[in-house]
Amino acid sequence: MRRGPGLLSGVLLALLLGLAASTAGAVQPDEILDDPTLEARARTISQDIRCLVCQNQSIDDSDADLARDLRLIVRERLVAGDSDAEIKQFLVARYGDYVLLEPPVKPSTYVLWFGPAAILLVAAGGIGLFFHRRRARSAAPPPLTAEERQRLATLLDDR
Amino acid sequence: MRRRLLFLLPVALFAIVALYLVVGLSPERDPTLVPSVMIDKPAPDFVLPGLFDDGQGLSTDDLQGQVSLVNFFASWCVPCRAEHPILLRLAREEGVPLYGIAYKDQPDDSRAWLAELGDPFQRIGVDLSGRTAIDFGVYGVPETYVIDRAGRIRYRHVGPLTPAVIEETVLPLIAELRS
Repeated sequence: MRRGPGLLSGVLLALLLGLAASTAGAVQPDEILDDPTLEARARTISQDIRCLVCQNQSIDDSDADLARDLRLIVRERLVAGDSDAEIKQFLVARYGDYVLLEPPVKPSTYVLWFGPAAILLVAAGGIGLFFHRRRARSAAPPPLTAEERQRLATLLDDR
Repeated sequence: MRRRLLFLLPVALFAIVALYLVVGLSPERDPTLVPSVMIDKPAPDFVLPGLFDDGQGLSTDDLQGQVSLVNFFASWCVPCRAEHPILLRLAREEGVPLYGIAYKDQPDDSRAWLAELGDPFQRIGVDLSGRTAIDFGVYGVPETYVIDRAGRIRYRHVGPLTPAVIEETVLPLIAELRS
């Protein structure tokens, strides 16, 4: 009964397979390009492209039919010599900025990109002002002038 | 007075948040809807083989010179079946030229489907690869496009057409584009 090593290698195999599955995405073997550099670029681009069917997945992750078509288009255009930006532009021309998982920085998205930082700055400014005023109010009053001190002495002597 | 205005600040903030929630959670709003970027742009260039043996395919040139509808459908698509009576009525009663594009559908299946339900289309192109659909910005069938005389896309409807969409949007738009 030597079950130990068999069990151990089984667990290792399962772990390795799990790891492989987590990095493979939805790319099917028949889609993969022969050129590993182009294939790597295809994977990087695909991870930035939204699947319009499942919407919160990239086309690299999605098993949807349309995602597969878009992955194939990405690879075709890479082979045709397009730059990464040109490929993204090709998809944006058809599906709009929504197809990009990271929205581009432009006037209509300024609120999205800079809004949180602006709110943080305004809030920090407000808090800073609040404490500044409170400290100003609670600071020790200015020392008495000679005149005031004399008056105080007279008042105390009156007792 | 200025201090009193300060007390209104939370009310104003609440109003802003409430406005976002009313708009964002409205049952009318479909958050999965992707607006088309093809509106007011010329329909993409395409030449598709025809569905029937009469040699009539469908291409961009067919969309010139008249107001027409282009409908992407497939026999495997259940909502397409739901909207089909509306397409038949549009073609028969309203005289709207309808062009069909069979999306990723085996021609035999498309033909059988149309034989069963009726054929509202003047011409039908077969888009087996789905590439013409991608050029239109289609992300699911059915989708319907209104094309003006100059061959530009003027409106896109995602999902099955409903009587409300036809009466309130499509027919008024067609009348406007024809005048």
